[in-house]
Amino acid sequence: MKIQEADAKSLLAAQGLPVPPWAVARNAVDARAAAERFLGAGAGRVVIKAQVLVGGRGKAGGVKLAGSPAEAEEVAGRILGMQIKGIPVRKVLVGPAAVIVKEFYLGAILDRASRRIVLMASAEGGVEIEEVAKATPEAIHRVAAHPLLGLLDWQARELAFAVGLAGPHLRDFVKIARGIVSTMRAYDADLVEVNPLAIIRESGPEGHVERLACLDAKVTLDDSALPRHPDLEKLRDLDEEDPADAEARHYDISFIHLDGSIGCMVNGAGLAMTTMDLVNRAGGAPANFLDIGGGAKADRVSAAMRLILADPKVRAILVNIFGGITRGDEVARGLIDARARQEREVPMVVRIVGTNAEEAARLLREAAFETAATLDEAAAKAVAAARQATGGAA
Amino acid sequence: MSILIGRETRLVVQGITGREGEFHSRQMLEYGTNIVAGMTPGKGGLSALDNRVPVFDTVADAVRQTGANTSCIFVPASGAPDAILEAVGAGIATIFCITEGIPALDMLPVVEVVRAAGARLIGPNCPGATSPGRAKVGIIPGSIHQEGHVGVVSRSGTLTYEAVQAMTDAGIGQSTCVGIGGDPIIGTTFLDILQLFAADPETEAIVLIGEIGGAAEEEAAAWAAEHLRDVPMAAFIAGRTAPEGKRMGHAGAIISGGRGTAADKVTALEAAGIRVAGSPTELPALLRAAGHRG
Repeated sequence: MKIQEADAKSLLAAQGLPVPPWAVARNAVDARAAAERFLGAGAGRVVIKAQVLVGGRGKAGGVKLAGSPAEAEEVAGRILGMQIKGIPVRKVLVGPAAVIVKEFYLGAILDRASRRIVLMASAEGGVEIEEVAKATPEAIHRVAAHPLLGLLDWQARELAFAVGLAGPHLRDFVKIARGIVSTMRAYDADLVEVNPLAIIRESGPEGHVERLACLDAKVTLDDSALPRHPDLEKLRDLDEEDPADAEARHYDISFIHLDGSIGCMVNGAGLAMTTMDLVNRAGGAPANFLDIGGGAKADRVSAAMRLILADPKVRAILVNIFGGITRGDEVARGLIDARARQEREVPMVVRIVGTNAEEAARLLREAAFETAATLDEAAAKAVAAARQATGGAA
Repeated sequence: MSILIGRETRLVVQGITGREGEFHSRQMLEYGTNIVAGMTPGKGGLSALDNRVPVFDTVADAVRQTGANTSCIFVPASGAPDAILEAVGAGIATIFCITEGIPALDMLPVVEVVRAAGARLIGPNCPGATSPGRAKVGIIPGSIHQEGHVGVVSRSGTLTYEAVQAMTDAGIGQSTCVGIGGDPIIGTTFLDILQLFAADPETEAIVLIGEIGGAAEEEAAAWAAEHLRDVPMAAFIAGRTAPEGKRMGHAGAIISGGRGTAADKVTALEAAGIRVAGSPTELPALLRAAGHRG
């Protein structure tokens, strides 16, 4: 699950990482009030950042500075009216603009190949790390946390030296690096990224001080671990969620909305992807990825059918079930039941093989369903049906 | 011979008295798998599957009294890491974890302990394995198989069944079919299985079924290019049309930062001389074109 920057910052702060203060505003007036507070507390300027769950906010104009409450209101109003990569901006983060001396990248990922938490650091902070990885892979330094002991201090120091951090910042960097790993563990995150981690300059009673601070934060949570973190469920951003996603989650259906016209219902993720690929190969375009999971019964089949038909672009439906744990006759009954209740007439091609396939075939024959023996045949028939329904284009 | 499981397999099922555990144990027994024990804490002394299988409180008891050497785990996600570690502690050599939904970070210390003990873990979130005519461990339907000489390794469940069914329909039998699981952190990789197939005298050809996400297919392809030049191989990669940044069901199946794409995997496999099918039904023809005489 992706979470917003502001929520990611709360998680980091709760683990003791140095995160400058911030506020979240859903309208320009609230943004102005927040700016007033930060400017009054001594900030020279404030930064206003769009809160959307996609990268490239800066490039899209979703991150701006303001020097006065009035300017903050105006800038926030503009950002709140924007769409970034098709997503409307519904809230902004407002915080004091830091005086940045130097920017770094620091991130932790769950690395499949080494089966370790891998910490990555770079002196090229503030830019997209994928681009650094492509252009100058040697500029990214890595250490793998010990699987039983976690990140060790010497490993964190090694990273600090590699990116040129020494002297007064060394100890703080070690703390931050360890804090990032403890953030991963505390919330079952599979990614924690601070970009930039920056040396910032602040004026205090004894003149300027420089210190490390986490100016941005990105955290993604492991969906499999959410059941043991019920408090994190409230960080799910329902603003950015398709209403279909919530229904899919309720029925334990894995569903992703796509742009095509052929609705797909499949058991198993690998087979669901393959079904999409074969629809494309047959000249059509899938309307969704949908995995009804193992052992699906009639109610889950009905729910899947509702999800598919809720998309007005759907012109044909392809059902592909390879029974193992899932019993073909249960799915067939679910389909017959769902069709009897559906409001929109959409042609359907059904292929059921494996466990109880003969009984499924009998039920489908009696109910006059269009069936197919192989996956390739099912894809071709579904594409043809969608073409017919739209008068040519699938 | 075969890999991982065969006639020498003496299976203990952890979680045999649960709904899933009981259902699939019955299927395994019907297939001819030698299930010597079941294990459910607190149910030791009872017997399962119509009195055909004794149940023990601990895996260690099962090993001591029945000589179990392989385990199959049907324990809910919250208890599965512990179940794996118990099997390791009892000296089980080959552990299949069928359970899905285990938090990925829980698996990091587990795979480390498995490795240090010299045991082998397949999964989690995997369908198990079948050595046709000898044994099946896990949830793969027995009916799709035919005895033969093609090793099959895959990251998915039902897609594997599809590919195996296509081979059986075309008269191509299998030595062992293994599903390694769709999670990001798994015990046994494509590369591990390729190495086992390479050492198995009865496996004459190999089918690899991958999907988007990670770089395990590329790693396997690089090894195959060096060590399996004489072995007929064919592959299939699911997710050629999957969009970037969307997790396709399996926790491991996601294209991120432009990496883990199907195109990368197809390129790596073809560079290793392995042809990639456009549909699972084309695998038999590709295997024969690569020189398999099954």
